[in-house]
Amino acid sequence: MHPVLRTVLQRLGLGVLTLLVVAVVIFSTLSFLPGGYAQNILGQGATPETVANFNHELGLDRPAPVRFAEWLGNIVLHADFGNSYAGLKGDIKRPVSSLIGPRFYNTFFLAAMAAVIAVPLALILGLLAALYRNSWFDRAVNAITLTTIASPEFFVAYVLMYFLAIKNRWFYSLSTVDVNTPFWEHVSKAALPALTMTLVIVAHMMRMTRASVISLLSSPYIEMAQLKGLSPGQVILRHALPNAWAPIATVIAFNLAYLVVGVVVVEVVFAYPGIGQLMVDSVSSRDMPVVQACALIFAATYILLNLIADIVAIVTNPRLLHPK
Amino acid sequence: MADNSRESSRVKGAALVEMRNVVIDGYSGETWHPIVKGIDLTLKRGEVLGLIGESGAGKSTLGLASMGYARPGCRITSGSITFDGIDLTKASKAEKRALWGSRIAYVAQSAAAAFNPAHRLMDQTVETAVTHAVMERGKAEADAKDLFGRLQLPNPGSIGHRFPHQVSGGQLQRAMTAMAMSCRPDLIIFDEPTTALDVTTQVEVLAAMRNIVEQFNTAAIYITHDLAVVAQMAHRIMVLRHGKLVEESETRQMLKSPKEEYTKSLWAVRALAKDESANDDVALEVRHVDAAYGNGFKVLDDVSIRVPRGRTVAVVGESGSGKSTTARVITGLLPPTKGEILFNGKALPPRLQDRDRDTLRRIQMIYQSADTALNPRQKVRDIIGRPLEFYLGLTGEKKDKRIEELLNAIELNGSYADRLPSELSGGQKQRVSIARALAAEPELIICDEVTSALDQIVQEEILHLLMRLQKDTNVTYLFITHDIATVRAIADEIVVMNKGKVVQQGLKSKVLNPPFPAYTELLLSSVPQMDPDWLTGLLAKRKAAT
Amino acid sequence: MSSPTQDIRTMRAKRGFLGDSWALLKTAPLSAWFGMIVILIYGICAIFAPLIAPFGEAEVVGKAYEQSTALHWFGTDQIGRDVFTRVIFGARNTIGIALTTTLISFAIGGTLGVYAAVTRGWIDQIVSRVVDALMSIPVLIFALMLLAVFGKYLINLVLIIAVLDSTRVFRLARNVSLSVAVMDYVEAAKLRGEGLIWVVFREILPNVLPPLVAEFGLRFCFVFLTISALSFLGVGIQPPTADWGSMVAESKTLITYGRVQPLIPAGAIALLTVAVNFVVDWFLHKTSGLKD
Repeated sequence: MHPVLRTVLQRLGLGVLTLLVVAVVIFSTLSFLPGGYAQNILGQGATPETVANFNHELGLDRPAPVRFAEWLGNIVLHADFGNSYAGLKGDIKRPVSSLIGPRFYNTFFLAAMAAVIAVPLALILGLLAALYRNSWFDRAVNAITLTTIASPEFFVAYVLMYFLAIKNRWFYSLSTVDVNTPFWEHVSKAALPALTMTLVIVAHMMRMTRASVISLLSSPYIEMAQLKGLSPGQVILRHALPNAWAPIATVIAFNLAYLVVGVVVVEVVFAYPGIGQLMVDSVSSRDMPVVQACALIFAATYILLNLIADIVAIVTNPRLLHPK
Repeated sequence: MADNSRESSRVKGAALVEMRNVVIDGYSGETWHPIVKGIDLTLKRGEVLGLIGESGAGKSTLGLASMGYARPGCRITSGSITFDGIDLTKASKAEKRALWGSRIAYVAQSAAAAFNPAHRLMDQTVETAVTHAVMERGKAEADAKDLFGRLQLPNPGSIGHRFPHQVSGGQLQRAMTAMAMSCRPDLIIFDEPTTALDVTTQVEVLAAMRNIVEQFNTAAIYITHDLAVVAQMAHRIMVLRHGKLVEESETRQMLKSPKEEYTKSLWAVRALAKDESANDDVALEVRHVDAAYGNGFKVLDDVSIRVPRGRTVAVVGESGSGKSTTARVITGLLPPTKGEILFNGKALPPRLQDRDRDTLRRIQMIYQSADTALNPRQKVRDIIGRPLEFYLGLTGEKKDKRIEELLNAIELNGSYADRLPSELSGGQKQRVSIARALAAEPELIICDEVTSALDQIVQEEILHLLMRLQKDTNVTYLFITHDIATVRAIADEIVVMNKGKVVQQGLKSKVLNPPFPAYTELLLSSVPQMDPDWLTGLLAKRKAAT
Repeated sequence: MSSPTQDIRTMRAKRGFLGDSWALLKTAPLSAWFGMIVILIYGICAIFAPLIAPFGEAEVVGKAYEQSTALHWFGTDQIGRDVFTRVIFGARNTIGIALTTTLISFAIGGTLGVYAAVTRGWIDQIVSRVVDALMSIPVLIFALMLLAVFGKYLINLVLIIAVLDSTRVFRLARNVSLSVAVMDYVEAAKLRGEGLIWVVFREILPNVLPPLVAEFGLRFCFVFLTISALSFLGVGIQPPTADWGSMVAESKTLITYGRVQPLIPAGAIALLTVAVNFVVDWFLHKTSGLKD
């Protein structure tokens, strides 16, 4: 088998394994609870019968491995994350997937909007900062990005909201959207949260880009290319770029993963109906099936992004592409 | 001189490069310091100029400045640099780019790092000629194949199709010379091109480079720290130290009658010689040892070595010969898979953990790099004091007194006890390493390339010190090195290793004189001599033999 | 061997620790000075909060949501407590909790990391694999989930964040120690026959401390931001404890009326993390000797 294919398959296998382990971890958090979940929800005064009843209702009285297999099987085969605890008392069962579905689209919409602006912007700014390093531009950018990175997302969010939506009514301060919101209205309502996310990740991403570009440009083969009399454009395009895919992919994947997490706080600030907000609400009401589903989606996205970055690094590595 | 064309070009040539009072600063510790302090340099067409000096002499910086290039963190502060009438200090970037590659070419120290890993050798070789529109791509490729052949690369027709990681270091270095030659430049800068290579490979690369420079009558600046190497390549030599010129003269003149003390010190180690003496009392014996690393790769194959008491046994070999692994096996860091090690006639436990403290005390080790062998957070007092306390139970005043004695023994005074390693020079650090080994009052000291990271003159001092200590304490040395000059200087017996096997063991006089086993012959003959005709002679001899 | 640099070395050796520190401080750039002064002020506020604050931490002193006045500089909150007072006490609570969490995280992650690097045995293998898996779940997400399971108590919050963060500390401590553990002086100590305790405490730890100290600053910022985010989301530090994250959440509606009150505690968080980052940035630059 070709080494590239072998390495990619190994990496894919590792990714699936990690995902499985993470699923186990997420699933088993429930059983770590001393006294059991039911006891905790129903309170110390609950009679054993109530507890048993509660557990039976949720299927918690069956062995953990069986429940895990069932849980994971339903997710993988039917995209079914079980039923929300919120509907337990009433007659209507609310499947978690129906809660998550539209919100998943919203979150994806917001993240994509932020990424579309942030990725090219950060790569260009990072490249410029690296090429003109130690200039006033570089120093200013360094101080600004350090400040943005160090600030909590909600600070950035409220500052933007204060200036751009309250003092000047350029943007919507709250992002109330639903399934019927037309596309462009969705865009304009999600603009401010997307801008917040963009600011936060551009800072991170351009610092990483700058560092990778500097380390790439200090390679002896870049000096060699310069001393062969190639123009700066030729040096960058022919000699730096072919070796830059792996670091670029790493930077992008790392920051998109970061974006996925940042989405939680930003959605709450702007009351944007995405998975992040759903997860926070469900944590407050301790609606475990929803919390687990959200956690699994976030973790899977995170793992997937890193997997993609690693695969890009593998398929662009000349040592693997052209073995001895 | 064997070759008349070389002789004549050097006399007739017109000036190609002229540098006047060049000062170059480097940025470190938040300020600019001069690296090159006002040097004049003239190079004629077709002439090969050697720049020689030890670390920090500014030779690479000066060499690159002759192209009008300063590395990031360096700047050419004053002076003039003209190449064929063009003032490079005033030339625009575009003007310099037009010269670089086409008329001035550069050959870097590490070809493995200087070739772009993402492109095939051929693409990189022809890039200069095609970019500067000197040749069409097809013609350039044909020419590159011709150059590969002239540089004696194997399969010149197809080697260009390979990627840099697919060929060996010596081949890469020759491919880089082909790349430099592709536009038939007027000047090539060779920046320590063979330093990273083993001696047997170095010979081939040197021969190929010298040959091609002569064929095209190219002027060259050859930068190195090895006088014997530069003597083969250069018509004229400039000796640099601390950014200043020490001495400049024709190669033969310099070797025959150097004017400055410093120049003489550059072959200090070669001037050392020790009279061998035999001893039948064996301190350490390695018997039929095999060793392998975790992945099952066998690094030692049936190695047997006898080390007589109070003598020095030098283990020589190139990289991958297994000489350092032998040291690891003896110290117990890598237990052998087969065979045994006898110390004073008794078998040593193979694993370090199974040896008692007294056994550990008797065998000490000194490392190549004192920078990594001394804990940067411990003072000299603690470094030397620990073995005294640990093995001999000395404390308080007794310990302090012994530390002072040991410092005196390594020719440092007591005031050094309270310094950190960072406050010592390279040679002083290596002395402290020696004192630490000595503190244990050992019977055997394993010296692993202890002088190879040091400048020549410091090497000589350290070797002197080691020999004196042997005389005083009758300690036994197992001396691992790749440098034949060092071997001549200190060894009683020599072990030659190659690819994990012992080729030969015997008294120095026996190993260094014929008849030789094939590998010993190859190794010894490949060591450059302080004789400008050495390489020519060697090549003629090797040609005659085939 | 007596070059001029040698003499400077000798002088430096004699100047002593205080002199060294002062000499070092004098070279600090403006940003680092700014950072150190901010940290100092925050420290004073945190330690002497009851002396500095004009009112009690949970004292109701006026009507709800008052504008800022001479008496209440930052106005009052939703039940009429003085916001300035609560910002001061917030320094004590928020920084104290974050600092405790980071210390626990370093105690766990640092110890395991150094131990794993030195022994390189099956413990290293197992812990490294577990850490890899845990690190593939983002901290905030994992923390939210665990808080849902265990309940929103302060002790849970501290332990959960400490454990999750210790995986990052482990990774770094292990890598840094590994790079030190392969040094010849560590091998020399092993060859001398030294035990594990000596190797760890005398040979390795003194050399991994500088990077770990810098990392402590960064981890503190991260922990501090995570706890603030959780408090802001209503699952972190719970009322009536004065805490910056929850203060933002409690007063967030005011911003839609054009009031800046919610920005004050949020700004307090931002200012501290920026300050710590500036100092760490300088420290890293110093210890790594990077010029780039």
